[in-house]
This record gives sequence, structure tokens and C-alpha cells, in this order.
Amino acid sequence: MKFRQFLPILFVTLLGHGSIAAEPPSPESIILASTTSVENSGLLAHVLPDFTKESGITVHVLAQGTGQALQTAARDDADLVLVHDPEAEERFITEGHGIDRAQIAWNDFVVVGPQSDPAHLAGGHNAVEGFRAIATARAPFVSRGDKSGTDALEKRLWRATGIDPAASGVGTWYRDIGGGMGAALNAAAGMDAYTLSDRGTWLSFRNKGPLVVLLEGDPRLVNRYDVILLNPEKHPVPKQALARRFAQWLRSPEGQAAIGAYKMDGEQLFHPSATAPK
Amino acid sequence: MFDVWKSFETATLAHTVALSLTVSFSSTAVAAALGLPSGAALAICRFPGRRVLVLLANALLGLPPVVVGLGLYLILSRSGPLGPLALLFTPGAMVLAQAVLATPIIMALVHRAIEEPWQEYGGALRVDGATRLRSIQMLLAIARRPVLTAVLTGFGRTISEVGAVLVVGGNIAGYTRTMTTTIVLETSKGDLGLALGLGFILIGITIAVSAAAFVLGEKG
Repeated sequence: MKFRQFLPILFVTLLGHGSIAAEPPSPESIILASTTSVENSGLLAHVLPDFTKESGITVHVLAQGTGQALQTAARDDADLVLVHDPEAEERFITEGHGIDRAQIAWNDFVVVGPQSDPAHLAGGHNAVEGFRAIATARAPFVSRGDKSGTDALEKRLWRATGIDPAASGVGTWYRDIGGGMGAALNAAAGMDAYTLSDRGTWLSFRNKGPLVVLLEGDPRLVNRYDVILLNPEKHPVPKQALARRFAQWLRSPEGQAAIGAYKMDGEQLFHPSATAPK
Repeated sequence: MFDVWKSFETATLAHTVALSLTVSFSSTAVAAALGLPSGAALAICRFPGRRVLVLLANALLGLPPVVVGLGLYLILSRSGPLGPLALLFTPGAMVLAQAVLATPIIMALVHRAIEEPWQEYGGALRVDGATRLRSIQMLLAIARRPVLTAVLTGFGRTISEVGAVLVVGGNIAGYTRTMTTTIVLETSKGDLGLALGLGFILIGITIAVSAAAFVLGEKG
């Protein structure tokens, strides 16, 4: 076969594939903009098949971090959000983007760091004091720097210490990596640094290296996951009813049981919201 | 090594590989359909602005994928101008993004490949009374080896690209998750063994596609 005869055949064959690729998603699917922790920890992969089996609705998950997830929804590019930053969520609702916020699960944050623990955090239960000790020791600390829920909590904890880590530590001990939780844990493992992590991502993370949990149990470290629907007045997304059905299922006994049943190495990663601390 | 694959089912892997290949082949086909004739036309046609176009095609060789992704995201977003198409976060958006990246590559390299044979055979083709279209077909056949390299370079760009498909595809499991976005995800989960294993599979696929293209090209 001559090459120039072969080319058109190749194109037609491939364009056939192209038309398959350009097919829109099936009507019974919704887009959930979520934080990275519920996706990367495997929680959603564990609970979504139950929902799809019961409802016939496929949930397409964008794992983006709270800040970006809310942005995506504000641009109409998602049908609902599952996030964990109370302050950003309240802004999202007061700006008229979101309605019907409901808590569906909770767990907690932990401060992880190298076993050598140069700032002597081990055994502590006060996150603000722990952060102050890290700054005083000028021990390496990895910050997400991505406006995620975890990043927002980290910034709040620094404000509570009265220390501006960006002013005193950028370029030296305070390392803003601008990435997701996994990227931050990889960086902390590689640099013997401290970082703040949600427990779900931490427990399912596979490259812990020298890192261990050093500080936990501070009430300020409670991590609440909320679903928020889009306000139909501002966001006439066509799949509002399907999104509402999913949000309701997450709150239902079946959904709550599925969330509570997700374990890794025998440890429960997320707790149903009914047992949430006040 | 084998326990690394436990968390990754064969069906998931097959879908991811198939999607990577479908998106890359489709976008390369679109880019070739645009880049081959336009690259050749740039070499043989004389018109005002031709030099600017040549310069532009060459400059766009370095088009940053993440910027293309962001631009297309804003255009395809439901609140953007092409929002009603509902293309965002679909494989179709990924094909579009990669076609935008690969077209200038194929165009610029084909232009380079056709220039020399045009100087050599252009006179003869004109004496034979060949039309422009016929000339382009002849020259692409004469220069088929460098032209094949141009198309393979475009394919290489698309199969290895991650920045644009991540932004416009959204890395949705079982729907828009490709080999490269899976590797990024598994790295972020700290599953470096699985990420590396997928990397080797991806390299293997690229080598196989190049080898197949060369065998077909040699037969031509």
C-alpha cells in the first residue's frame, strides 16, 4: 500500500474513534466537585457503587481541593460539592452560590513529622503550641498553599500563634509547595519536614518514609465534610434533582453506613456525621 | 512487584490504556488532518503573511499545555462561550486540547520537510502542469519519512501530555482518567511503585506505536 493511500484510511479509522470519544456523558450522571481527601483516600470509590446500584446515577468525581471545588461549582461546572472548609463554605452560601449545606462525615487532622522530631511535638494535644514550637525551632514545615480546606485550617492555626510563617520562614523553613495533600506528604517525607494532614489521606498514604503522627486530639483539628447543593436561582444546573438525590443518600442510613464501613488496615477513616462532636 | 498491582484491577487498567490511546490517536488524527496540508501549503504557496505564519507555527512548538488547558477550560465552561456544548470534563474536551497542542508541531515539521523537495521537484511539477493540491500530495509522498516523524512527534506530545488533559478532563475515574493523569494521582497517593509501573507500560505503548508506524512507513 502506498503511504498516501494509507493515510486517509488511517484518518477515517481514527476519526471513528474520535466520535466515540466526543460522546457526551450519559444523562443519568452528575459531577461532584470534591476535596482530594475523600477521593484519594478511596472513600468515594468505596461508597459510590452502592449509590449507583440503587439509583442508576453515575457520579463523576473531580478531586480538586475545597477552594478549587467551590470555584468550579460557582462557574456551573459541577452539580454539587463535597468540601471541608467551614469559612469558605459560609462565604459560598452567603454569596448566593450554595444552599442546603449538610454534614455527611467527619474525622480529624493530624500533625505529622519526622521521627527525629526536632521541635519536640510528640505526644502533644495542642495544635497552636505545636505550630509555635515548629516556628521557634525553625524546623522544616510543608504548607499546601493551595487554598484547600487543609490549607485554610493551617493558616488559621498560624494566625492563632501570632506568627506569620510566610514572613519569617519563606525560603528557609516554611515551604509552600502549592500542591495537594499527597504532594505535601511526599515533600515532607523527602525533606524530613512537618505538615498538617487530614487523617483519611494520611492513613491511605503509601510513601510515609520517616513520617509519623506527632500531634493529634486538639478539638481545633476536627475535620467536617459537608455537601452543598447549588442555588437554582443563580445556577440553573439541569441536574439539580439528581444532585439532591445523591446528597440525601449520603445522609441516609444506607449512605452513612457505607461511609462508616470504609476501613484501611483495620482503621476507620471517616465517621458518620451522626456521631460528630459538637 | 506484583503486590503493587493489587489495588489496580485489570479492567481499570484496560480502560485507562484504551482511553489514553483513543484520545491520543484522535487528537493526532485531527492535528494531522489540519497540519499536513497547511504545513505543506506554507512551503509551496507564496502569499502575504506567510513568513509570520511560519514563525508562529514554530513558536507554538513550545505552547504550554497547562495554558492551553486553562484557556479551553474557560471557553468550554458552562458559563463560557461554548458552555452549551457540555464538553468540559469529557474525553471530547481532551481530544480538542491535545489537537490544539499537536497541530502546530505537525505543521511546523511538515513545512520543514517539504521545503527541500519543493525546491528540487517544484520546477518539474509546475512543468507537468500539476495543481497546488496535486503538488502537495506528491511532495508529502516524496518526503513521507520526515512527514511520518512529524506525525509521530505530534502523537508523542499527546500521549505523554498531562497538564491540559488534567484541567479540561478533570481526571474522573473510569471516564477521563488517562495513563498520565493516573500516574500523577498514584504519585500523589504515595503509591510510587504503581506509578512507576504505569509509566513503564506507557513507554512500552509509545515504543510499540512508533515501531508500527515505521514498519508501515517503510512499506509505503
